[in-house]
Amino acid sequence: MSDNVDANVSDEPAALDGNAAAGLLQQIFAIDITIARITCSGCQLVQPLAALRLYGLPMGNILRCPRCQATLIRAVARDKECWLDLRGAAALHVRLD
Amino acid sequence: MRVPRLPWRTAEIVAVRNETAHARSLALRVDGWPGHDAGQHVDVRLTAADGYQAQRSYSISSPPAAAQLELLVDYVPDGEVSPYLTREARVGDRFELRGPIGGYFIWTAAYGGPLLLIAGGSGIAPFASILAYRAAAAPGIATHLLYSVRTAEDIIFKEQLEAWKRADPALAVSLTLTRSASPDWSGYRGRIDAAMLREVAFAVTESPLAYVCGPTAMVEHVADTLVSIGYPPGRVRTERFGPSGEST
Repeated sequence: MSDNVDANVSDEPAALDGNAAAGLLQQIFAIDITIARITCSGCQLVQPLAALRLYGLPMGNILRCPRCQATLIRAVARDKECWLDLRGAAALHVRLD
Repeated sequence: MRVPRLPWRTAEIVAVRNETAHARSLALRVDGWPGHDAGQHVDVRLTAADGYQAQRSYSISSPPAAAQLELLVDYVPDGEVSPYLTREARVGDRFELRGPIGGYFIWTAAYGGPLLLIAGGSGIAPFASILAYRAAAAPGIATHLLYSVRTAEDIIFKEQLEAWKRADPALAVSLTLTRSASPDWSGYRGRIDAAMLREVAFAVTESPLAYVCGPTAMVEHVADTLVSIGYPPGRVRTERFGPSGEST
């Protein structure tokens, strides 16, 4: 297990996926974030954001690797602010066309 | 692909249509709606008098060319948003909506086929958009929809699915009933499994593109099974609706 797994996040199967996180994350990114390819810093799996597992609603969005469960992205929006933690994403690969 | 800003907009309900005992279509007028691609979704936000807000995502069921935006909402017991939208909301009611969202679970004619669409319950919503768009923009692309519901009464968009199927020999529709079926039921029975998928799925050599939408447990089971019968993971796109997987 990667050391960036949140101890307070349940190991229950995630109910939702990265598609449902896009409404929040799209506030920050100018490119379509659902098709951005995210590299897991834990196991190096590369997946589109839409295929990541979503936890943490309704307080925020915690996106975890579907293979090793490492936390890749944490985003919390409150009032007019958003806090984004990308430390579990080793790389974010996007198309610019 | 650059994405325009996604402000919260006001949506007004202009028509309500009950599809089944649990699912309802809402036709909406959304000022400034920028248009959408088939398969995209929106976020809906309800605000209570005391300021408490609840938010959920819903797939768009209308095609890009439709005059009105339509959402399909399925009643979720104890839900925060769907009981209002399926039971209380009336024509003229307003709520907040942002979208369209998501460029992953979309299909355009340029993607081609063959196209394998697998839905569970209200997971049919994005496929209603895709099939309506396909019927107008790209009929003839080999397409197979496999749709899993509990009983025959739970088939959403039944007449529309039959009409699309009659109009286009390249479209096949297979249904499976997971809970109860009358003796004369001619479709599949039981949950989607490997044997069923081997029958409906296009051969891997045809480079099919598969989309799976429904309750989380169903989506994961179907996606894993497609990969086990040879579909490359990158050709299987998924959208999970939530934890109601036990009941479909």
